[in-house]
Amino acid sequence: MTTTMIEATNIVKVLGEGPARVEALKSINLSLVGGELTLLMGPSGSGKTTLLSVLGCMLSPTGGTVEIRGRSTTGLDAEELAALRRDNVGFVFQSYHLFPTLTAAENVRLALDVRGGCSRMARIKAEKALATVGLSHKARAFPRELSGGEQQRVAVARAIVGDASVILADEPTAALDSENGHAVMMMLAEIAKDPTRALFIVTHDPRIMPFADRILRIEDGRIVSDQRGGGRTSPLRALKYAS
Amino acid sequence: MTLILTLASRNLFHDRVRLIATAVGIVFSIVLVTVQLGVFLSFERMVTTMIDHAHADFWIVPSETKSFEDSSLLSGRERLQALSVNGVKAAVPAVVGYASWRKPNGGASTPVLVVGTPENSAGLQPWNLVEGNLRDLSLPEGVAVDRSYFDELGITKIGEHAEIDNQKARVVAASSGIRSFTTMPNVFTSLERARAYLGVPPNEANYFMVRLAPNADAAAVRGELVAHLSDAEVLTSEEFRHRTRQFWLFDTGAGAALLGSAILGVIVGTIIVAQTLYSSTKDHLKEFATLRAIGSSQIYILKVILSQALLSAVIGFSVAACIDLMLVRATADAALPIVMTPELTLGLFVLTLAMCAIAAVSAIRVVTRIDPVAVFAQ
Repeated sequence: MTTTMIEATNIVKVLGEGPARVEALKSINLSLVGGELTLLMGPSGSGKTTLLSVLGCMLSPTGGTVEIRGRSTTGLDAEELAALRRDNVGFVFQSYHLFPTLTAAENVRLALDVRGGCSRMARIKAEKALATVGLSHKARAFPRELSGGEQQRVAVARAIVGDASVILADEPTAALDSENGHAVMMMLAEIAKDPTRALFIVTHDPRIMPFADRILRIEDGRIVSDQRGGGRTSPLRALKYAS
Repeated sequence: MTLILTLASRNLFHDRVRLIATAVGIVFSIVLVTVQLGVFLSFERMVTTMIDHAHADFWIVPSETKSFEDSSLLSGRERLQALSVNGVKAAVPAVVGYASWRKPNGGASTPVLVVGTPENSAGLQPWNLVEGNLRDLSLPEGVAVDRSYFDELGITKIGEHAEIDNQKARVVAASSGIRSFTTMPNVFTSLERARAYLGVPPNEANYFMVRLAPNADAAAVRGELVAHLSDAEVLTSEEFRHRTRQFWLFDTGAGAALLGSAILGVIVGTIIVAQTLYSSTKDHLKEFATLRAIGSSQIYILKVILSQALLSAVIGFSVAACIDLMLVRATADAALPIVMTPELTLGLFVLTLAMCAIAAVSAIRVVTRIDPVAVFAQ
């Protein structure tokens, strides 16, 4: 039994006005379910990041509805959308966006700190999340002391520490070499096994296709294909990435 | 503990050059404000020092007197009228006026403020005498001056002679700490000698200091005095202080200039802090956008910026307070020392916090416009 984490219906997003008006998303229908790793691929300017922003409650759609775990985002103001994000969505960014002045553990803890609540519990959860990504020994390191791969793993820990039901990742391997990209994808694929989480990854990188349960292709603001793959990452797929 | 303070302090210390610029702005501002307000307080105290040290329940002063140093003459009839009022124990005359002090051995002249009261009455006598005594003022030509003015008056020790408006004067007593807020030293002498120096006719005086008999009803006595004295005013010491302060601090514009400089200091400090905080926030916009993207509320981000501003305030104020203490010590013996009181220190701290909080407004305006989508921009 799968749980729908995000349900997007007839999403339209118009950017700009007048001559600069662009219909970035055109009637997108999409469901993300728990335990599934979905890739969104497409050329530059096809609407990938716009769709990610709409699903992540950063942009409000011009038309259509988005529901996060059954809660509609329609009519919510910026603060309410932020609250929805912090309780339900974890983000992994291409350039990590770690805070340079905070240690790895503090960067992870930040996702809980913005929620308020018990800081001792937040510390424990942050340690656990860092252990999940194999970086317990780097908890006190600052981002400048970490490699790109390690920084991205800290960002993954930050995304999962709050038990978000949806993890949205924007080109998570683009800034990494193949070895680190592979390690991060292995980790995300492992996280995606959790049926309480849906993973949605926007990418250009064809090497990560073997990790996907589902691959969407977007062109000119429309989803033009929706393929379900063979399932979980196998050693063979990992090898494919490396090659 | 929340990460707000950690983030704010790390942001602050991360860029040391900017932190130093912020601290310098605050220090400059607060030291300037302290100097101006400290001098203002000092001035405020000094302009009433004569009234503070006089033994008077009421002052009979010529109508429209603006300050202790600047009044016309009373005819002397007022003293008799005052003494005729029940409850008045004494009405001690005081003569006050400017004269020219010629230094010994034909030296140059310098203006002085001559204050004369009867030497045997507790009206207004020099205090803190360190050489000589009050009785010596009854000696021929006897005057008392503060030893801090010895150089200015051209004397080296008591017993030396000078001239006041071409009449002989001999320094018979010296005080310590009776500083004038003007450049003119105070010269205390007997009532009759002061009249002679200043050309005041017998019986006339600038003031009569009224002392009440024990158990006298002050309000009733004042009412009677006012009824009897149609050409003079009857003031309490507090009213006379207030009038003198009002004249020197505001009517002359001196106090307004000091307050104006203090306000300017606050404005300059606010602008400097606002500039550095604004540029720091601009540098960390990506981080604030990330905070917003991961779901932080506006309030959380505002707390980070305000914490940064208030930490800057604490750092800047601590340095400024040390400099202020040094200035207070350095000016302790100056004509117009900088005065620091616990209330002023607390007020300056609150002012620093407020200044930095206001300075944070421009930075806050920037972050409230942050679009979390900015995290996707490369």
